[in-house]
Amino acid sequence: MGKYILRRLIIALPSLLGISLVLFVLLALAPGDPFGELASNSNIPPEVQAALRVKFGIDDPVLIRYFRWLVAMLHGDWGFSFSSRINVDQLILQRVPTTLFVVGSSQIVALAIALPVGVYAAMRPYSIFDQVANTFAFIGFSLPTFFTGLLLILVFSVNLGWLPFVYRVDIAATGWHWYWENFKQAIMPVAVLGLFQAASYTRYVRSAVLDVIRLDYVTTARSKGLNEGKVIIKHVVRNALIPVVTLVALQMPAVFGGAIVTEQIFRIPGIGSLLITAILANDTPVIMAVTFVFACLVVAFNLLADIIYGWLDPRISYS
Amino acid sequence: MKERELRDLITEVKTGRLSRRAFVQRMLAVGLTAPMAGMILSHSGVAMAATAIPYKPTKAGGGGPLKLLYWQAVTLLNPHFAVGTKDQEGSRIFYEPLAGWDSEGNLVPFLAAEIPSKENDGLSEDGLSVVWKLKRGVKWHDGTPFTADDVVFTWEYARTPETSAVTIASYKDVKAEKVDDFTVRITFPKPTPFWADAFVGASGMIIPKHLFADYIGGKSRDAPTNLKPVGTGPYLFVDFKPGDVVLAKLNPNYHVPNRPYFDTLEVKGGGDAVSAARAVLQTGEYDYAWNMQVEDEILLKLESTGKGKVSIVPTGNIEFIMLNATDPAVEVDGERSSIKTKHPLFSDPAVRQAINLLIDRSSIEKFIYGRTGVATANFLNNPERYRSKKTKFEFNIEKANQILETAGWKKGGDGVRAKDGKPLKFVFQTSINAPRQKTQAIIKQACQKAGIDVELKSVVGSVFFSSDTSNPDTYPHFYSDMQMYTTTMLQPDPQIFMNQCVSWEVATKENKWQGRNASRWQNKEYDELYHQAERELDPVKRAAMYITLNEMAVGDNYIQGVVYRPRVTALNSNLTVDLSGWDNDMYQLASWYREA
Repeated sequence: MGKYILRRLIIALPSLLGISLVLFVLLALAPGDPFGELASNSNIPPEVQAALRVKFGIDDPVLIRYFRWLVAMLHGDWGFSFSSRINVDQLILQRVPTTLFVVGSSQIVALAIALPVGVYAAMRPYSIFDQVANTFAFIGFSLPTFFTGLLLILVFSVNLGWLPFVYRVDIAATGWHWYWENFKQAIMPVAVLGLFQAASYTRYVRSAVLDVIRLDYVTTARSKGLNEGKVIIKHVVRNALIPVVTLVALQMPAVFGGAIVTEQIFRIPGIGSLLITAILANDTPVIMAVTFVFACLVVAFNLLADIIYGWLDPRISYS
Repeated sequence: MKERELRDLITEVKTGRLSRRAFVQRMLAVGLTAPMAGMILSHSGVAMAATAIPYKPTKAGGGGPLKLLYWQAVTLLNPHFAVGTKDQEGSRIFYEPLAGWDSEGNLVPFLAAEIPSKENDGLSEDGLSVVWKLKRGVKWHDGTPFTADDVVFTWEYARTPETSAVTIASYKDVKAEKVDDFTVRITFPKPTPFWADAFVGASGMIIPKHLFADYIGGKSRDAPTNLKPVGTGPYLFVDFKPGDVVLAKLNPNYHVPNRPYFDTLEVKGGGDAVSAARAVLQTGEYDYAWNMQVEDEILLKLESTGKGKVSIVPTGNIEFIMLNATDPAVEVDGERSSIKTKHPLFSDPAVRQAINLLIDRSSIEKFIYGRTGVATANFLNNPERYRSKKTKFEFNIEKANQILETAGWKKGGDGVRAKDGKPLKFVFQTSINAPRQKTQAIIKQACQKAGIDVELKSVVGSVFFSSDTSNPDTYPHFYSDMQMYTTTMLQPDPQIFMNQCVSWEVATKENKWQGRNASRWQNKEYDELYHQAERELDPVKRAAMYITLNEMAVGDNYIQGVVYRPRVTALNSNLTVDLSGWDNDMYQLASWYREA
């Protein structure tokens, strides 16, 4: 096991290196310039622009800039944001807790909906409940988050006035009131992301359970006289969830990606909205760092999925 | 408008026959800024009478929270690093300049005890120096007293190239020296008619010497105060998350009595302009939203819910069209639109005149911009008629047809006019932005009726406005025949604005397209007059020169105004604020209050 993880980690390194090179070159080739705003600003003489360009080494060849970035990264220096003039790691660390909170709660909501609905639908395939659940799941993952987000804002903030649509991390209340305010403002973004995920998870859970529920050992368990609840929970779901768990792990990077849009709509100060502002400002070091973090997440969760799979399913061996 | 007419107008203001406001509006109509108009009046002996700002609260504090929404979040809080207005606004909450500009072009003292004038010996006759008297008893947020040392230090800090301050242009040529603890003298290398630039307005915010002294030059980015501002302003710094939120609270030791009114201040950032308008005008979640680049139709609809109002103040920004004086189709020495070429169509003045007649400005104002863009095009062609708003520009397809016909451009079988085998066909480019695409369509349609075939091109804003030398689609490259964008007047003095037409600013490959003259229009007379205006000390004469310069540029039809872009903000209905298009929105933050 330990050997396997080590081997996977060693394989992950060159792929991360490759990803970073591709990202860096793409960003370097992309149009736009971090000092574009300076260029169209008549108050700033060209000398200052030139000084800034030299200071940040923007005019050097791409590969030299890449190696400089790589060496700095290995030293733990994530670079320096052009537009905020502070270190990128500081900027990202400020944002991570909010994103984790929103993404984490939405995953919990998604699983809390998908598990019971999926299992129940699989227990009674093609029943009315199954049909309704399927329809909703279909609608759920067909609607993009930017649409459902705007829809919820229109209904709950503008028309009903129940929920705020600007997310704030600085709520000036204490005690229960603070929790209540936080809860209120998190409802819509978490619902948008959670329901979207729940829709696809429901379908995975349903088909996984359906695969297992017809197997002979389930019939055996039933004929032993076990009650239905025990059969489902102990015998069916336990085995059916093995592929689902890995799926959830593999879905995590996609969830972070989906959070980008949701964060922008609700003004959630997470890494997703940081990425968008950085892209708009052509703040290359920040774009590079955030996309690289996403790349690391993909690699890490892939590894995690493989490990969990083996741990849950004893038939898989790593040797 | 000539010098004499200007003098007559000034006399009218002096004798009270013309109001100050009306004078300023006329100056705006001929292309001068309100601050410039204010300078003219003050030079002519009409005192800068800053309009009293209505302020009802009788004590500081008690106003609860004030919530501001910026759809582009504040990313840094050092005013001398602030590239965009959003960062200037964020910094202005904490820092103050010696003086700012109000909406009518008056200088309003903040950290200055009074505005320099000839009467108080602040201005020298030769235009070589200004003496600023500083307000006494002002304290930095950490309790250290504010003195002349801080002002001189700010100059030292900003003018050092290694600091990479974006405000360097205001400081690099002047010299600031301390006369005593509360007096600073600024000297200029040559007579400078527009003296109110350094230490004034958005680029003039004073920073504390005791906190920045160790971080001048190359170490500037390491200063902890960059992220934790300590200023003299009405609110104290609490917290800042770059790109998200700025928090502040009332400064109990603010140097103006009974101010500010609000106890806490929150500046939230991010999202988009439309939903920001919604949060103020419709749901009332926020009190103020910055820079409402939203279609007027939407604003009107949101306003009708009654929770908020839209404030519109004039600025010097203008959306305009320029014609290429050079040929974008021919490549000379590795660059297109080379100044060695001449545009095959636009070199005929008839064509330029026809295009001017084909821009339907009133429809563009009425159907696209509404209150957020005021049609003002031909005003510089017709200065003697500037009083009448309606006759300033003309939209006349028939007349355009006639002009082209007499100039020898005959319609061919495909309905497109041609002369000497050259068809009237050209490319019209602009950045991607809904109102601009609609404007393009209106112009294309009118041109079609006059036998001109216009091909439309839209470029992503981040490319169009970039300084990328290798990308041919930027506006300084101007590799097309006609283009449209907004040129912003960042400084109240038109000198820098007007250099967009001088011949030594032509954008070329040689200067890496850094030159500001993108149309490549050149005129010897213009160049000479521009130099004269640079040296002219009498503000009235100087103003007359700028008006003439404007006429030259626009009269040749290479540059054609479309609409003025005033500054639009969304405000909560019961909030009373004072905004100026010549300074940051936050310039009078201390006087904002809420009607009970």
